[in-house]
Amino acid sequence: MAARLREISRFPAAAAIAGAVLAALVLGTLAAVAIRAGGLSGLRATDLAAIRFTLWQAALSALISCALAIPVARALHRRRFPGRGLLISLLGAPFILPVIVAVFGLIAVFGRRGLVNAALAPLGIDPISIYGAQGVITAHVFFNLPLATRMILHGWQAIPSERLRLAASLGFGPADVTRHLERPMLRAVLPGAFLAIFLVCLTSFAVALTLGGGPRATTVELAIYQAFRFDFDMGRAASLALVQVAISVAALLIAARVTLPSEFGAGQDRATPPIGQLAGGRSRAAIDALAITLAAAFLLAPIGAVFARGLPAITSLPEMVWPATLTSLAIALASALITLATALPLALAATRYRVAEIAAMLPMTASALVMGTGAFLIARPFVNPTSLALPMVLLTNAALSVPFAARILMPEIRTLQADYDRLAASLGLAGLARLRLLTLPRLARPLGFSAGLAAAFSMGDLGVITLFSDGQTRTLPLALFQLMGSYRMDQAAGAATLLLSLTFALFWALDRAGHHADPR
Amino acid sequence: MLTLDEIRIDLDGFRLSADLSIPAGARVALMGPSGAGKSTLLSVIAGFLAPSRGRVLWQETEITRTPPGARPLSILFQDQNLFPHLSVARNLALGLNPKGKISGADQSRIETALDRVGLAGLGARKPGQLSGGQQSRAALARALLRARPILLLDEPFAALGPALKAEMLALVDEIAREQGTTVLMVSHDPEDARALCPQTVLVAEGRAHPPQDTARLLAEPPPALRAYLGG
Repeated sequence: MAARLREISRFPAAAAIAGAVLAALVLGTLAAVAIRAGGLSGLRATDLAAIRFTLWQAALSALISCALAIPVARALHRRRFPGRGLLISLLGAPFILPVIVAVFGLIAVFGRRGLVNAALAPLGIDPISIYGAQGVITAHVFFNLPLATRMILHGWQAIPSERLRLAASLGFGPADVTRHLERPMLRAVLPGAFLAIFLVCLTSFAVALTLGGGPRATTVELAIYQAFRFDFDMGRAASLALVQVAISVAALLIAARVTLPSEFGAGQDRATPPIGQLAGGRSRAAIDALAITLAAAFLLAPIGAVFARGLPAITSLPEMVWPATLTSLAIALASALITLATALPLALAATRYRVAEIAAMLPMTASALVMGTGAFLIARPFVNPTSLALPMVLLTNAALSVPFAARILMPEIRTLQADYDRLAASLGLAGLARLRLLTLPRLARPLGFSAGLAAAFSMGDLGVITLFSDGQTRTLPLALFQLMGSYRMDQAAGAATLLLSLTFALFWALDRAGHHADPR
Repeated sequence: MLTLDEIRIDLDGFRLSADLSIPAGARVALMGPSGAGKSTLLSVIAGFLAPSRGRVLWQETEITRTPPGARPLSILFQDQNLFPHLSVARNLALGLNPKGKISGADQSRIETALDRVGLAGLGARKPGQLSGGQQSRAALARALLRARPILLLDEPFAALGPALKAEMLALVDEIAREQGTTVLMVSHDPEDARALCPQTVLVAEGRAHPPQDTARLLAEPPPALRAYLGG
């Protein structure tokens, strides 16, 4: 076989280092946990309940998100109205929305003194509760309904217009179009959407921490935290950590059999013209209007509630919020940098070496709490683990962002290499000169976008910090969590507004910087 | 002399063998049916593909395993000959120094090369601001600066109209004459071959034949070439 000459070249050193660091972080912490656990005997009945709840709530969250997303996506597909583009773009927002802010917003809308209960009370209806299993699932649907809607909308837009023309020429009515075109599309798209959401919900921690808890609404991640923090039972925390990894890996293996369409980030609204035959009559228009209105209200009301309550309070924030804000900003920017420095070499190598892609996807099998537990176990004999709080937050945030960044970069890198590999090789453009003159300028946009996602994710993360914090070292999400815990709700609203604004500003600024650096 | 010594290429069921020499300073067309392997052969000479067997030699030195940028040749592709995000002058500078640094002396050499191909004063433009013909000229100016003894042309002018293409071939002819460059050109058009290349390598039926007189080959084409040329 004739070989491409460059394939003879050695595995790039930068990718090898990046892969080794990721493997050490993911597998090293896991090994520490495994050695410490010494068997799963430490599990209690409540832990088995946590495993059951984790699987059940993830399945139900995914099911409800997908079921609700179908009418919303259908309505968005066949209606044109002012603000439609903006609404579709906003469907990408939950990806970078800090969980703790969303939880605060959901409490403001659905909580005991929330808007919904205030509206129900005069009608004599018993107040609803946002806490417990229904709260966890509501929050998960809040985060994942947009994801499911985008995936299904994408499926609708991908139905070739030729088919629709053919359908029209055969005199299909709306019911026929549904049967012959839409149902097959849904059958193809829904399993992927369901699994993607199921996977995300399996590692849910912050939602369970704030809205769940107790015997009937504790996830495995939350159980790890409780075993660690309250019982200080490291053996049980380690056993639970192994269970968490086993569940994630099993789910990933199942997901690998179904192609997962990657759908996140900025909107990509294809200009498909509204199809007359799909528009249907008045009843359909009314159903569509209702679907869009309810979905928009469900998604926007909590955010609106945060701003409405938080903006006036932003001037009276407690002193502790400001150092926490600076800490969070520094961690977010450093995390973005580390994410790119790890994901870029791996993604560049991944087009030729499958092992580089596997290394980049490795953190998908990990969870923040498992990595945190492992790091704690490794560090404890040597240093006071609380002094590692911020470095560990930084490293886990960066590691968990690497798979997303790599997935964003890889298609762009394939194009880059297809277009310019030969020209660069023929000129002897290699190494740092190639990075500076070719790779970085051509990848400026996806790099900026990835950096924005990584920074936003890190800015809003409430995970490992809860394991390590001594109550003094805090990030802005932890400060917000503490304010909510002490029922200082106005100050919490102010902190939530600050966190939300900074997170979106970071994402926007880095994404813009990428566009700006793009020489095209 | 460029020598392809018992070269064999096996690529996913595709096969091509070549055992031939091209004298230094010659101008040779590569002709043959689509898919016969003209571009693949050029890729082996340029160093993008390694042959399964055989050696590539230039002036008795084996270059079979030499990386593309270190080979004694420049190549112009069908497209993507310039980095669109770099100015024309920066693109040319890469021909002088792949690290991309430009000295004052380089600057004036770049100006001269641009002048030579009729692009005086356009160094600051991005390739996208040039016409197709001007882009070809810029790529040719970079080859001029690199001054390698072999120039490979993988149909770089195919997208240009007939008049522009003739102009570019004339420019290649001039430059090759000045620098004594050995030119290998993949072509679909017998007129291009007639205009620039006294000799032709016929690539057909899994074999690249030794160079032969272009005029005679075109006057009495063998069956494989006749079917391709039509009539």
